[in-house]
Amino acid sequence: MIEWFTAATWSPYIVGAGIGVLIWITFLLSDRPLGASTAYAKTAGMVETAISREKAESMAYYQKITPTADWQWIIVIGILIGGFISAYLSGAFSLLTVPPLFAGAFGTDALLRAGVALLGGILMGLGARWAGGCTSGHGISGTLQLGLASWVAVIFFFIGGILVAGMIYGFAFL
Amino acid sequence: MVFDELRSNKKAQVLLGVLFGIIFGFLLQKGGVASYDVILGQLLLTDFTVVKIMMTAILVGMIGVYVMKAAGLVHLHTKLGSAGATIIGGLIFGAGFAVLGYCPGTAAAAVGSGALDALVGMIGIVIGAGIFARLYPRLDRTILNKGVFPAETIPELLGVRALFIVPVVAVLIVGVLYLLQAIGF
Repeated sequence: MIEWFTAATWSPYIVGAGIGVLIWITFLLSDRPLGASTAYAKTAGMVETAISREKAESMAYYQKITPTADWQWIIVIGILIGGFISAYLSGAFSLLTVPPLFAGAFGTDALLRAGVALLGGILMGLGARWAGGCTSGHGISGTLQLGLASWVAVIFFFIGGILVAGMIYGFAFL
Repeated sequence: MVFDELRSNKKAQVLLGVLFGIIFGFLLQKGGVASYDVILGQLLLTDFTVVKIMMTAILVGMIGVYVMKAAGLVHLHTKLGSAGATIIGGLIFGAGFAVLGYCPGTAAAAVGSGALDALVGMIGIVIGAGIFARLYPRLDRTILNKGVFPAETIPELLGVRALFIVPVVAVLIVGVLYLLQAIGF
């Protein structure tokens, strides 16, 4: 049993099934699908509120997505803790600034990678809110409810992702 | 409903949120998808871990959620999309997916396992979400409601009951997973 928790990786099918069962439970106990990107919009709203409460309260988007530390916000904190527990138990926790694949192509300059990650994050935050969800909210929770928008969204996540990844690293399959 | 009291108890929900997040983050890290190399491997079509996890989660989640819905235990939470919101937003998200190499959920799990570039990425996602919020009134007037989809769900779109669609989707997913395995991924 304990070897399970200290194993470096689990089969993707076990992990996928686990996420599926987790979503049954979030529907049952919280009446909500599992998603991550809303938490980032709430955080942005908290920053706006800290700068000017009046301005933040007047913004239509934060009337829809309220900047409060609720279920949807705290879940991302939980994900971070869960990722730490898993990595720590398997001895995989280690500080990393440049992932191996990136380093192999562009070198080990941590500032370059940070700049690229920041740009990628900005695009991702903008796109996730534009599309109304991310790889968890649309990609898993929405598709499993057979939501039409979620299936369209996940297809375009991958179209955009495959095209841009190919532009960065070359199209390996060609 | 039996769960109504728990569902409306805000304090209990915050605790559940942390707990669900911990389980989700644990699974993402164990699945290997809290890694830039694995996510880029998927987008470069050399490593299908991300698709295997997503499809298995959809398969298992779909069957359970639809069974519970039939039993009157849960409600669906689908949203109506549009070409202007879903397709354009999806493409922007996809570009960010490839440049960052994590997604909003896996970035947090990656930070938990020590990836500092994912922490910078999380800050970026907040900035991007903030930019969207600033642009929202203008985008809502112009582009987000262009080409609104004719239905919220696939069963609605096809005019066929979910009872018949769920098994078809389940068989398709098992078929794709089997095929990926068969061709050596």
